[in-house]
Amino acid sequence: MSKILIRGAKVLGGEAQDVLIDGETIARVGTGLPADGATVVEAEGRILLPGLVDLHTHLREPGREDSETVLTGTRAAAGGGYTAVFAMANTFPVADTAGVVEQVYRLGKESGYCDVQPIGAVTVGLEGKKLAELGAMHESAAGVTVFSDDGKCVDDAVIMRRALEYVKAFGGVVAQHAQEPRLTEGAQMNEGIVSAELGLGGWPAVAEESIIARDVLLAEHVGSRVHICHLSTAGSVEIVRWAKSRGIDVTAEVTPHHLLLTDELVRTYNPVYKVNPPLRTERDVMALREALADGTIDIVATDHAPHPHEDKDCEWAAAAMGMVGLETALSVVQHTMVETGLLDWAGVADRMSFKPAKIGRATGHGRPVSEGEPANLTLVDPAYRGAVDPATFASRSRNTPYEGRELPGRVTHTFLRGRATLMDGKLA
Amino acid sequence: MMRHLISAADLTRDDAVLILDTAEEMARVADRPIKKLPTLRGRTICNLFFEDSTRTRISFEAAEKRLSADVINFAAKGSSVSKGESLKDTAQTLEAMGVDAVVIRHGASGAPYRLANSGWIDAPVINAGDGTHQHPTQALLDAFTMRRRLIGRDAGLGQDLAGKRVTIVGDVLHSRVARSNVDLLHTLGAEVTLVAPPTLVPVGVGTWPCEVSYDLDSTLPKSDAVMMLRVQRERMNAAFFPTEREYSRRYGLDADRMAKMPEHAIVMHPGPMVRGMEITAEVADSDRCTVVEQVANGVSIRMAVLYLLLGGNEPAVTNPSSRTEEK
Ligand SMILES: [Zn+2]
Repeated sequence: MSKILIRGAKVLGGEAQDVLIDGETIARVGTGLPADGATVVEAEGRILLPGLVDLHTHLREPGREDSETVLTGTRAAAGGGYTAVFAMANTFPVADTAGVVEQVYRLGKESGYCDVQPIGAVTVGLEGKKLAELGAMHESAAGVTVFSDDGKCVDDAVIMRRALEYVKAFGGVVAQHAQEPRLTEGAQMNEGIVSAELGLGGWPAVAEESIIARDVLLAEHVGSRVHICHLSTAGSVEIVRWAKSRGIDVTAEVTPHHLLLTDELVRTYNPVYKVNPPLRTERDVMALREALADGTIDIVATDHAPHPHEDKDCEWAAAAMGMVGLETALSVVQHTMVETGLLDWAGVADRMSFKPAKIGRATGHGRPVSEGEPANLTLVDPAYRGAVDPATFASRSRNTPYEGRELPGRVTHTFLRGRATLMDGKLA
Repeated sequence: MMRHLISAADLTRDDAVLILDTAEEMARVADRPIKKLPTLRGRTICNLFFEDSTRTRISFEAAEKRLSADVINFAAKGSSVSKGESLKDTAQTLEAMGVDAVVIRHGASGAPYRLANSGWIDAPVINAGDGTHQHPTQALLDAFTMRRRLIGRDAGLGQDLAGKRVTIVGDVLHSRVARSNVDLLHTLGAEVTLVAPPTLVPVGVGTWPCEVSYDLDSTLPKSDAVMMLRVQRERMNAAFFPTEREYSRRYGLDADRMAKMPEHAIVMHPGPMVRGMEITAEVADSDRCTVVEQVANGVSIRMAVLYLLLGGNEPAVTNPSSRTEEK
């Protein structure tokens, strides 16, 4: 296997060092390392991070290959600096059996761009009525550890309790899409000043917060761990903060778009801003940033939700919910967290690699950048400035809210177990 | 004037007064034996109705025909939200046919805004009601009715509604009529009070340029106009209020309540009226109730809007034929 020498990169944003990759592992970390026949990547001024891990990706295969496939999705992931993604279960058919999760897992292996760890559905068909075969999915070749009905909330308190209890047998975690269904009937956007003015059905913050409050109490009661998907409100942050202070085993994620965009953008009625959970207010955005900085929110997850053009090029009410995110996530985090001084690059590594790997038990990822570790690495040029151009995306879909918007930073290289999946900004 | 009419909030005071004054001119046409102007001869206007509304469509159609426009009625019933592409496809079809303006009614809030701003079509777009968002020509015809009744047909020319007190009662939450009226009446200098049970008041109403009250009886003596909104019976099942009886006891307008209003004050309703729950037959049939005038005024207002949006810069009625011939 070939050797690669990354020369002069700031490891986790710290001191400039050389990192020698030999085969699948990091052979040496030091200064003034000799090239010694290795391919040299000059990385002065760049930041070297552990390969990013996304706990919340929609790859759409099987069933919606017109939106994304495992191959196109993992190419997008590599382009965004990710070496592992967790693929959500709301596919067609739903990933609620060992067969489907194994299929997704195998497609990930074949893609070669990024490790794909399937998420299993909590309930059969995401219907919220009957537990799926959680144990069989865990024992399958896919080794599922995260279970979620994402896209739908497990709103039945008894089913949620049983799921939390059941996964304790194999150290699994239930990732909840917190959305009280009755309170969000007909919801189109955040409920507030803007929704009242636009005449769009409101999605009250309390619909998210009430489920989170219930679930942390359930997790405490049964002594299990729960993960809350895409927090979007200041109130949700307070509940998670309270739960953690009580010692409840809860983790939480925030998406890049909830760190940057607000419901004011919906005034354009442009469905590119239609997302679930909805964009909230400036106050919520600030609370989410602070919570990510102080560790109340553990990780950034993209909720990468690809949709074909025709599902967005229509009136607001008819449009699909979701945005693509893999290829812009790091730039948005740099913009909202690093450049605001809320988080340093070591903090970014923590929230986007170490912690998500830990929550999802992805043992080969989220490892320190040190000798003997698997060479899953991401190299970032933080000085880059440029407008987002969706035409350059590897994702099959282009539903990004950032088209034409200037965002800082660019992932130049991604290495998956020593092999470059992204080289000088080009997919390898 | 603006290029499209999407929201009453987009109108300046001067725009709105110009529309009202133009509508007065148009109203005179209705008094003539031949109720027709050649103003929009050779222009094609499409009434694009994704949602059933015979009243609004007929009103626009009458306005278009009185201005001699060619009219295409397109009813896309049932296809509005079922398949997302329908609005775009339809728009592009109309664009290819070279229509000069589109009047759109849609069940989804924001659909007219999308139509006007997505590059699907070039023609001016007139919102004839979208979801629970806006219905600007309704607000204009209401303001027109108020100006005529409270100031006078001739005395009102050039005037706004400064100082007039308007009370809007009922299902504000789901009402595009209420939203449009709050915006326009505020622009015209009126003071608006919304009266509804708290369940039918939108969450963000605190930022609206109006007062909110849950008590109809205390508001009536201070009102120059009381606008009753239609309450849909299906709201009852969604627990917005306990029973029809309780609703009408607290928020319905009957003769006793009407007696609390100042003598000059009028009762308005956007129609269609469901007599009983929100308004009694006695009130609906009284000469203080302007429902029938509102219908007639709707045609004048829509003529004015179409005329102004389709390029009229001069007085609409004075010698109109020579001007259209020039084009
Ligand atoms: Zn979700």
